[in-house]
Amino acid sequence: MPLGHPIKLLYSLVLLPGLVAAAEPLTVAVASNFVPAAEAIVVRFIADTGHAARITAGSTGKLYAQISNGAPYDVFLAADSERPELLEAGGLGVQGTRATYAIGSLVLWSGESRFDSVDCRKYLEDLGPDHIAIANPEIAPYGAAAREFLVNIGLWESVEPKLVFGENISQTMQFVASGNAILGLIARSQSVDRRLPKATCNWPVPGSAHQPLEQQAVLLQRAAGNVVAAAFLEFLTGPVAREIVVRYGYTVPQ
Amino acid sequence: MTTAMPDTGFFNFPGAGPLWLSIQLAATTMVLLVVIGTPLGWWLARTTSRWKTVLQAVVALPIVLPPTVLGFYLLIVLGPNGAIGSWWVELTGEALTFSFSGLVIASCLYSLPFAVQPLQGAFEALDRRDLEAAWTLGASRVDAFFTIAVPQSARGYLSAVVLSFAHTLGEFGVVLMVGGNIPGETRVISIAIYDQVESLNYASAHQLSAILLAFAFLVLFTMFVVNRRWERT
Repeated sequence: MPLGHPIKLLYSLVLLPGLVAAAEPLTVAVASNFVPAAEAIVVRFIADTGHAARITAGSTGKLYAQISNGAPYDVFLAADSERPELLEAGGLGVQGTRATYAIGSLVLWSGESRFDSVDCRKYLEDLGPDHIAIANPEIAPYGAAAREFLVNIGLWESVEPKLVFGENISQTMQFVASGNAILGLIARSQSVDRRLPKATCNWPVPGSAHQPLEQQAVLLQRAAGNVVAAAFLEFLTGPVAREIVVRYGYTVPQ
Repeated sequence: MTTAMPDTGFFNFPGAGPLWLSIQLAATTMVLLVVIGTPLGWWLARTTSRWKTVLQAVVALPIVLPPTVLGFYLLIVLGPNGAIGSWWVELTGEALTFSFSGLVIASCLYSLPFAVQPLQGAFEALDRRDLEAAWTLGASRVDAFFTIAVPQSARGYLSAVVLSFAHTLGEFGVVLMVGGNIPGETRVISIAIYDQVESLNYASAHQLSAILLAFAFLVLFTMFVVNRRWERT
């Protein structure tokens, strides 16, 4: 996996203004599925405003647990609306700062050559011995949506013995991309990642098959009154960021 | 591969499944490591080959390597397209990653030094004259090994058994990378605790953590007590 240039570029962009300004950079906790888009947004935010910002990635559940235990994050970009609501209700999120920044969707994805000729959706109905990857439904919203989809099409019972659970949606993608799982239900935003092998299966799961993956951001109590954090949240729902969000395979609220 | 959890009252609490799975994994690994570690430790203790130091360094690697390095390589090698994984798929029809068998292989590598080093140390401390006497009296090498070397190395075996079991029970990083978190197959105790913490089920996380903490202390304490008794006699 060639990870080189974009990441290096990002780090230099993230770190340099921080050194120059000598102020503590804004720390944005980002749900795994949104990391590529968030990197692009942060790069633009830094370029446009001159503020320093950096990203911490993890599953929504893990980040939420960390925030609940005093993690030094300023803004939380969750993969659901439930955790930001909980934070706001519990006083760890600043009242009235919640905003939906993206609406995600799932794709059934594989890079296995056998799906050149076979429809991968049929494979779900006629399973072989290989593993199928989803994110852990207890922790990751994309995992919960994947389970809901499988339940709704009546295949949960038969697919469940074949499932492997990624700790977050990124690990889930890695399980499929490395061929360790033959199929996976990953975020559509990941399927547009150019680092992935060529897709032989890339079927978008209808949004009606599960609760909408409404991804919300919230300003965290630690950053109440932090103008850079407020500026970032505004930037996140502004036209430049919205364009990036759409380019990375999400839809945006009207 | 794994056996069902015994349906007794003691095991009837959330997290009992992962605990039982961890115990099975640790026990399997411990047995395999004693079998592998005995000839390996013996050779390391006796040899004058210049390869000794190389092999010693290789055996000790898991102590210093991050589990992610081991996990990363195992994911590639054990995967259905990997060198060992593809061979295993042909043999059994199943992949090694995300399986109990894969975790056993991973654990044997991960805990290897904890079995080999105590055994090597015990074999090095053996009184060679006892062995030579047995050989002179007509005992075969294997016979002499089991009747003389093994009993005299009992402390080394105790350490190897206890440490390889306990170290495997505490395995986390490698399993996180090659396990896939499958209940009853690869969701071991450390992964279950991690899940409970992430889902904010602190009560359950506390319970499982306390069990592990008490167990780890008891095991080490017992080992030191037994060792001390042996020192006195």
